[in-house]
Amino acid sequence: MSERKRPKLAVWKFSSCDGCQLTLLDCEDELLALTEEVRISYFLEATRKVEKGPYDVSLVEGSITTPHDIKAIREVRKQSKLLITIGACATAGGIQALRNFKNVKDFIRTVYAHPEYIDTLTTSTAISDHVPVDFELRGCPVNKYQMLEVLNAALNGRKPNIPRHSQCIECKESGTVCRMVAAGTACLGPVTQAGCGTLCPGKDRGCYGCFGPMETPNTAALAGQLLALGQTGRDVHRLFRTYNANADAFRKESDSHG
Amino acid sequence: MAKAKRDDVAVTVLDKDGLGDFIKNLRKSGYQVFGPRRDSDAVIYDLIDGADDLPAGWGSEQKGGHYRLRRRDDGALFGYGLGPQGWKRQLYPPRQKLFAATRKEGGGFTLAPPAPPDPPMAFIGVRACELAAIARQAKVFGDRDFADPGYQRRLAEALIVAVQCGEALDTCFCASMGTGPEVKAGFDVKLTELIDESRHVFVAEAGTPRGAKLLKAAKPASPADIKAAAQVVKNAEIQQKHLDPAAARALAANPEHPRWDQVAARCLTCGNCTMVCPTCFCTTVEDVTDLKGDNAERWRKWDSCFTTDFSYIHGGAVRTEARSRYRQWITHKLSTWVDQFDETGCVGCGRCITWCPVGIDITEEAAAITGQGRN
Ligand code: SF4
Ligand code: SF4
Ligand code: SF4
Ligand code: SF4
Ligand code: SF4
Repeated sequence: MSERKRPKLAVWKFSSCDGCQLTLLDCEDELLALTEEVRISYFLEATRKVEKGPYDVSLVEGSITTPHDIKAIREVRKQSKLLITIGACATAGGIQALRNFKNVKDFIRTVYAHPEYIDTLTTSTAISDHVPVDFELRGCPVNKYQMLEVLNAALNGRKPNIPRHSQCIECKESGTVCRMVAAGTACLGPVTQAGCGTLCPGKDRGCYGCFGPMETPNTAALAGQLLALGQTGRDVHRLFRTYNANADAFRKESDSHG
Repeated sequence: MAKAKRDDVAVTVLDKDGLGDFIKNLRKSGYQVFGPRRDSDAVIYDLIDGADDLPAGWGSEQKGGHYRLRRRDDGALFGYGLGPQGWKRQLYPPRQKLFAATRKEGGGFTLAPPAPPDPPMAFIGVRACELAAIARQAKVFGDRDFADPGYQRRLAEALIVAVQCGEALDTCFCASMGTGPEVKAGFDVKLTELIDESRHVFVAEAGTPRGAKLLKAAKPASPADIKAAAQVVKNAEIQQKHLDPAAARALAANPEHPRWDQVAARCLTCGNCTMVCPTCFCTTVEDVTDLKGDNAERWRKWDSCFTTDFSYIHGGAVRTEARSRYRQWITHKLSTWVDQFDETGCVGCGRCITWCPVGIDITEEAAAITGQGRN
C-alpha cells in the first residue's frame, strides 16, 4: 500500500439496523480499491482498529433517538470535514420514527421489564435535524452504486451524480412496464426519489418509497389516484408511513388520511 | 431505412408461415430483430426470435392512466395497439456511452477507441404514428447543424417493417395530427393484417429495393387483397380523441391561463409523459470516474423537462413550479417545436395519456387552454 496520505474515513452508527453499513461491506470488488484511496479510521462494523479524529469523511448511519445520540452526533460533526448521512434512518428518522406518532412511554411500558432503565427521546429524527449535513444519501438500504458514487465524488471533490427526480424516470430508463398503469397496483414511485435500481417495479410490485420524497412530491395528487384505484384511506395512510414516515411530505400526506 | 424508389413497389401477400420465414431471413442476414412481444402485463417492443414470439390474440385497452391487456378472439398478431415505449428505445437508447478516457502519466489523457457498432436492427410492427415520430427525431438529430452520427447510423441501417392499424385505441389521435393511421412513407415493407373466416394473411408492400428483395419469393396480392387492406386502415380513422394542431400553437401565447394551475395540482412532475413520448429527445450528460480518477467515462442519459435539474442554471432551477414544467412540456410539443422544426412535436400516439399515472390528457389541456370549447 502506498505511503501517500490517504483521506481518513469514519463510519458511525446511531439508531439503525446496520443495513446501510453492510451495503458498504457488500461493495466486495470495489472495497479493495476504496481502501487504497482512503484510510478506514473508524468503522466498528468492519474493524476494531480505531483511530482518533479528525476525519476527512464521515458516513453516518442511523437516527437520533436518545439524549446521548445528540451529544455523540455533535462530536462526530466537530471531528468531520465532510459529514454524509446514509439511509432512511439518518436522512428521515427511519421506520423507528413511527414512534413520533404515538406515545413512547406506552411502548416502553409494554416492551421492557424495567422501563426505568430506558432513557430515550420521544422522537426519532434525522441527523440533519441536529447538525449540519453535507450530503444526504437516501434509501432503505442505500444503493451500493450510489454509495460508491458519493464517496467517489467526495474524494474527487465534485458533485455526486445522484438524481432527485422520481422513481418513474428510472422505471422508464430500465424499460419496466408501469405497475400503476398496467396493473392498477398502488405505487409511491411518482413521489419517491429514484436510486434503488427499480427493485420493486422490476419485480411487479409497487414502489414502497424507500428512497423518500423526490424533489417536488405531489403526494396529494398521487393519494387521489390511489383512492381512485380502490385503495382505502387507511391503505394510503399506511403506504406513506413506512421507512420515511417522518420525511416532511410523507408525514403530512399520511396525516391527512388518518 | 434506405431511400424509396417507387418503381420497385410490389404488393404481395404472406400467410403466417410466410411471415415466419420473412423474420427468419432477417435474422439470417444478421439483423437484430425487434418486434412486439407479450411481457407479463403489456406488449412491449423487444428482441424476438421469430413469428412465434408475436403476441397472437392479444389486444390492449388504453385510456388516461390505464392499460390492460385483453384477449382478442381473432388471433391477430398486430392487434395489441401501441407498446408502452416506442422505437426511441432502440434508436436512441436511454443510456449511451459517449467516450471513455484514461489519464496519461505526466498529464493529458487518451481516449479509448469506440466500441464497434452493434449489428443493424430490424423493427417489426412500426405504426404510422411511430414512423412519423422516427422522422421527427431524425430531423432533430440530423437536419440541423448538430447531427448525431450514432442516431443517423442506427436509423440508416434499420430495416423497417411497418404495420397499418386496423383499429385505433381510445387514446389515439393520429388522424388529427395528420400522421396516420395509413402508412405512407418511411418503411422498407408495409404490412396490413387481413383476418376473415377463410384466411389470416398479411398484405405486404415494399417501399424500398431492400424491402422488395425480401418479398421476392412472395405471392403477388390480388386487387381484392389490396382493396381489403385499404378498408382495414379506414377502420382506424375512427378516433375518440382530437386535437387541432393549428389552434394549439396558441398555447405559448397563453402563459397565464388559470388552467395551468389546475393541471399543476394534478401533475406529479414524474416525467413519465416525456419518457414515453416517441419524439422527446432531451438528454443530460453524466461524467463518471473510478475512485482514483484515472479512468473517466461520459454518458448521455434521457432527461425530462419535468425534473428541476433540467432548468438548473447558475444559482438554481428556473422552473421550480409544476405549472411551469407542465407548460414547458405541452408548449414544446405543440407550439414552440413548430418554431424550431416547422412541424409539431406531437404525432398523436396518445402514449403520454395512457402512461401518465394520473391520466392527464394532452388533448384536453390543449383544448382548454386555447379555448376550444372542450374541457
Ligand atoms: S411503476 Fe411506479 S415508479 Fe414505476 S413508472 Fe409506474 S408509477 Fe412510476
Ligand atoms: S395513433 Fe394512429 S397510427 Fe398510431 S397506433 Fe393509433 S391508430 Fe395506429
Ligand atoms: S405528446 Fe403524447 S400523444 Fe403526442 S407524440 Fe408525444 S406521447 Fe404521443
Ligand atoms: S417536451 Fe420536454 S423533454 Fe420533451 S423534448 Fe421538449 S423539453 Fe425535451
Ligand atoms: S403530465 Fe402526467 S406523466 Fe407527465 S409529469 Fe405530469 S403526472 Fe407525470
